[in-house]
Amino acid sequence: MNRYATSLLAIVKREALRFIHQRERFIAALVRPLVWLLVFAAGFRAALGLSIIPPYQTYITYETYIVPGLCGMILLFNGMQSSLSLVYDREMGSMKLLLTSPLPRWWLLFSKLVGSTAISVLQVYAFLAIAAVFGVSMPVPGYLAVLPALIVGGIMLGALGLLLSSFISQLENFAGVMNFVIFPMFFLSSALYPLWKMAESSQLLYTICALNPFTHAVELIRFALYLDFNGSALIWTVLAATVFTCAALWGYKPSRTSEGRKP
Amino acid sequence: MIYLSKIAGAAIMLAVTCSMANSGEIWVTNEKDDTVSVIDTDSLEVIQTYETGERPRGITFSNDFSRVYICASDSDAVQVMDPNTGRILHDLPSGEDPEQFVLHPDDTHLYIANEDDAITTVVNTQTRKVVAQIDVGVEPEGMAVSPDGKIAITTSETTNMAHWIDTATQELFANTLVDSRPRHAEFAKDGSEMWVSSEIGGTLTVFDTATQSEKAKMSFEVQGVHPDRVQPVGFEFTSGDTHAFVALGPANHIAVVNADTYAVEDYILVGRRVWHMAFNADKTKLFTTNGVSGDVTVIDVASRKALKSIKVGRFPWGAAFRP
Repeated sequence: MNRYATSLLAIVKREALRFIHQRERFIAALVRPLVWLLVFAAGFRAALGLSIIPPYQTYITYETYIVPGLCGMILLFNGMQSSLSLVYDREMGSMKLLLTSPLPRWWLLFSKLVGSTAISVLQVYAFLAIAAVFGVSMPVPGYLAVLPALIVGGIMLGALGLLLSSFISQLENFAGVMNFVIFPMFFLSSALYPLWKMAESSQLLYTICALNPFTHAVELIRFALYLDFNGSALIWTVLAATVFTCAALWGYKPSRTSEGRKP
Repeated sequence: MIYLSKIAGAAIMLAVTCSMANSGEIWVTNEKDDTVSVIDTDSLEVIQTYETGERPRGITFSNDFSRVYICASDSDAVQVMDPNTGRILHDLPSGEDPEQFVLHPDDTHLYIANEDDAITTVVNTQTRKVVAQIDVGVEPEGMAVSPDGKIAITTSETTNMAHWIDTATQELFANTLVDSRPRHAEFAKDGSEMWVSSEIGGTLTVFDTATQSEKAKMSFEVQGVHPDRVQPVGFEFTSGDTHAFVALGPANHIAVVNADTYAVEDYILVGRRVWHMAFNADKTKLFTTNGVSGDVTVIDVASRKALKSIKVGRFPWGAAFRP
């Protein structure tokens, strides 16, 4: 096995071990979308009427509508969680250890991205299984078809987390991420309500939602779950993933980071 | 090689035959458009639209499917259409405001509910003459005829009764009270049971045909829907009369009722203001007419899941199957 693969496996394994050892994190990651699905959606099922929009071919309950958005929510929170852990690593010094590896820095960061995405995808499948137990199920082949969409979405949001972590110097600043990144990204998207509904109330909000890369990740997941393909959502998500990854790599350039300046 | 090609040929023939046996059309009346939409049961697309008289509602085919009868309520006529061409052949004398009707198993006598006149009109479709007019309760609507053709039922919306008509004498022989606004009636289990839906009462009542006595009553409860909006209207039975699929009007759901235990087993979300329904040839798919949303929802009977909603004309109401 070459050293690239060894480092990739080691970093993914470390992510997995960290996740397994933090049972509360796993439970919290599942409880959050389940509360939305079983409490919020139940309260809103009668309040929000839905028309038939692609990829749906008939009328659906609100619970069914928000499942792809909640899958996106898991990816989003996990992406941010990994950015939090990077900040923690930096404070604890383990980041310094990692970045002193002879392998290129981009490879180390990419490995970190793969690790966090793998954990996110596992959480999404756990959530989908619980949702199915509560009667919110998708076409069976959709569970397989959604995997590439989850990976692309997971990498995009993980890259965003990576980018943010390169700019956050202290753990305390993470609350800002919550307020200024997670909430706006989640609420200004098609995760909880279709965009035509948003357009009815405000054209400006609709435009922001339509530009939000999280909207496109959610739509990519939604279409894949119903064995449909949304080309524009894929292009937007891949484009956003590329931009975030490049920016994160720039953010972690040795000349910019403290690790780089003070090896 | 020849043997193999024969097997392949036979397999293709069998597949084609099976597919033809299941293929067919669902004809849907569009109340506000004065049209009927024809849906292909395989492609689930509207393949034809024909014009009708004003406010078409009840629809049924002759036994050989060579004629389709349509209640054009505001034209005060039952129209007879050639389903192959969509041409109106002639009108039948129907009395005022015909809403629902049922064709007797003799393929000749049509029993028509005249909502405004409180009568049931019996028309001979061959001679095009009114055979009898039977006084029933106020605002008659639901119509049914027993499989042996001996009993016809009219339900009256305001009197809240099911009226039992002896088809030999064309006279009432029993009247039974049901819950508010009975709108649809059907015989089940070889005619041994007669079911009536009550729109305002929110119930489905089962009568024993032999004694005309109430046998069971079902009510419905849809999660997240106010009880006032649960208004049972049309219903149909699956193969072997094991289950009934019941349209719940503005509750926008179809209820699945076990016809043996009379328990409600499931609710399926469909379009807005679901009225009536029709099955495809092998009763694997159910097509429901959704008045307000202007579409027809296709339900997979086995999985009890809605597959697709097909746009038709404005305010679809009645539905009938044609092979």
